[in-house]
Amino acid sequence: MKKVVRGFYSIAHAVKLCKPNVIAAYPITPQTEIVENLAKMYSNGELEGCEYVTAESEFGAASILVGASAAGARTFTATCSQGLILMSEVLLNAAGMRLPIVLVNTNRALSAPLSIWNDHQDSMVLRDGGLIQIHVETNQEAHDMVPLAFKVAENSKVMLPFMINMDGFKLTHAYEPVDLLDQDTVDSFLPPYNPPVYMTTKNPLTFGCYAPPHCYTEFRVVMQRAMMRALDVLEETYREWAEVTGRDWGGHVVGEFLDDAELAIVSMGSLTGMVRDVVKELRKNGVKVGLLKIRTFRPFPAKQVKEALKNANKILVFERAVSFGYEGPVGIEVKSALFGLNPEFYSFAVGLGGRDVPREELMKIITDVYEGKVEQGFHFGTVKEFEEVIV
Amino acid sequence: MTYFASGHGACPGCGLAIAVRNVLDALEGKCFVANSTGCLEIISSQYERSAWGVPYIHSLFENAGAVAAGIELALKALKRTDEGKVVVFAGDGATADIGIGTLSGMMDRNHDVIYICLDNEAYQNTGNQQSGLTPMGSNTTTTPAGAIMLGKTGRKKDMISIAVAHGLPYVASASVAFHADIRRKVKKAAEIEGAKYIQIHTPCVTGWGIDGKQTITSAKLAYETALYPIVEFENGELTRVRKIKERKPVEEYLKIQRRFRHLFKHPRGQEIINLIQKIADENAKKYNLDL
Repeated sequence: MKKVVRGFYSIAHAVKLCKPNVIAAYPITPQTEIVENLAKMYSNGELEGCEYVTAESEFGAASILVGASAAGARTFTATCSQGLILMSEVLLNAAGMRLPIVLVNTNRALSAPLSIWNDHQDSMVLRDGGLIQIHVETNQEAHDMVPLAFKVAENSKVMLPFMINMDGFKLTHAYEPVDLLDQDTVDSFLPPYNPPVYMTTKNPLTFGCYAPPHCYTEFRVVMQRAMMRALDVLEETYREWAEVTGRDWGGHVVGEFLDDAELAIVSMGSLTGMVRDVVKELRKNGVKVGLLKIRTFRPFPAKQVKEALKNANKILVFERAVSFGYEGPVGIEVKSALFGLNPEFYSFAVGLGGRDVPREELMKIITDVYEGKVEQGFHFGTVKEFEEVIV
Repeated sequence: MTYFASGHGACPGCGLAIAVRNVLDALEGKCFVANSTGCLEIISSQYERSAWGVPYIHSLFENAGAVAAGIELALKALKRTDEGKVVVFAGDGATADIGIGTLSGMMDRNHDVIYICLDNEAYQNTGNQQSGLTPMGSNTTTTPAGAIMLGKTGRKKDMISIAVAHGLPYVASASVAFHADIRRKVKKAAEIEGAKYIQIHTPCVTGWGIDGKQTITSAKLAYETALYPIVEFENGELTRVRKIKERKPVEEYLKIQRRFRHLFKHPRGQEIINLIQKIADENAKKYNLDL
């Protein structure tokens, strides 16, 4: 049933249908209304078989879910920015313990300077921790990815935390028509959580052991294998989702106009909609540009990225984060995936700390790159003249 | 069935191993253990050599309170509350310092958890650094006794009062010198719904500089000098104290431990001993310990 709802509700409704057992909540803008919506459902008795708990911090919220997940519960939380960073020690621990906690990260810039607005710096900081990470473009996609996240995370071939990234404010606060799932559809897709191992007095097991040097590597090896297996599991599950709902979001990446594109533009998250719009307009004018939307960020679909971009002479990546001291993190990943092809490479950090990315700016950057007016490498988008206080 | 198997890696005479065995025996193994990083986790959870005969989880140094809360919620949501009690084992550093936030959250929300603080009065796993529960005058590697400093300044953080202030239904201190008392308190705690805090004095052979045979004597002297009051609170009311027949001067407790040795040599050592005696006297008065 299509309804005009905010991004928050599209998440909360989907979470409810997934029948979680434990939800831990701690507020942070722009995530708060997700847990508030869930609180309202809990308060109204709509979350059967679920314990909703308000934690003393994001650190506590993630820790509560570690205990709950280890004890065999299906768990959910939402956070972003400083909250995600505060959770980070726990989430990386959960990944090592192979606990399939699902969380929604409403991407937001990091302090300092303080910013409540959107960019991708927060999730990028957790890039190497063993969490599955996907980025969504719309609230409908965010809504659809919730049951999928549980199904993939809880797959015995995977058993890793799963983080759905949706742009803070751009999506969370936006009203969009969303075709809301119903219980039967989700039930037919997502089986009850049946963990291969869990804490029970009937079969006492030790979780979170300590591993001396002679066996620590092996734990990391199996984690890496699980991450790489997740590439296939995700792809199968993306396909299955399309069959169940009729909504095909594509695989790890979605390419458009790439076959004959001289310039391929790479984008992730909500910015993709506008990039697509610009690409379409340029195409009408005979400019050979194409678009690659990256949906799965970890595990990184290097093979699919390389295949999609193999024909382009020039690659342009739009970033919402910086890997300080190097370049933009998405650009680094894409470049690495293209090893051996050697196209011209450009990446632009735009929209940091919620700065508006006007259509004209995207158009100008793309046209300049296409016409060879920009040097290869990493650039920031529009930057005003300013005085550095510390030099 | 052994709930805490022999063959774990604790030092001979380790106080916390005695405490853990007594707690698990009192619960007859019907429990879920959340353990913070520290001595206990290192001596008991090594891959392929787990000493635990009960479901056990170690997550991080500072989150055992929250992890335990999560286990409790999961058992409730999954309707498995009959399987056993949720118990935390955490050291004094994990409890009074780095983990006090998640512990406070667990107590504030009144989760049905028995939180056991194994108080060996320093970060003993990393080699005796001061914690919030290190007593005054103690020589630790981060508060070393030197020419101008005489070990830890300031007194033990009063975690018992902090727990009581959270409105807990049950708060108690205990000591490995009194096994039966530990068992009674744990059994009692298990029968009470809500968050419970029990702080057990567990001497550390290496950190304190005592012989492995002196664990129980040392713990007993801490009680007999009123430096470790053994008390019990129910719903905020002090309901029971272990009275002291003939209170001993604190020197008797201090002199047998290497961590206080400097107090008997340093020109200002007596000043600190006097301050420690004052703490003992205050404890005796506060809890009416003298018989």
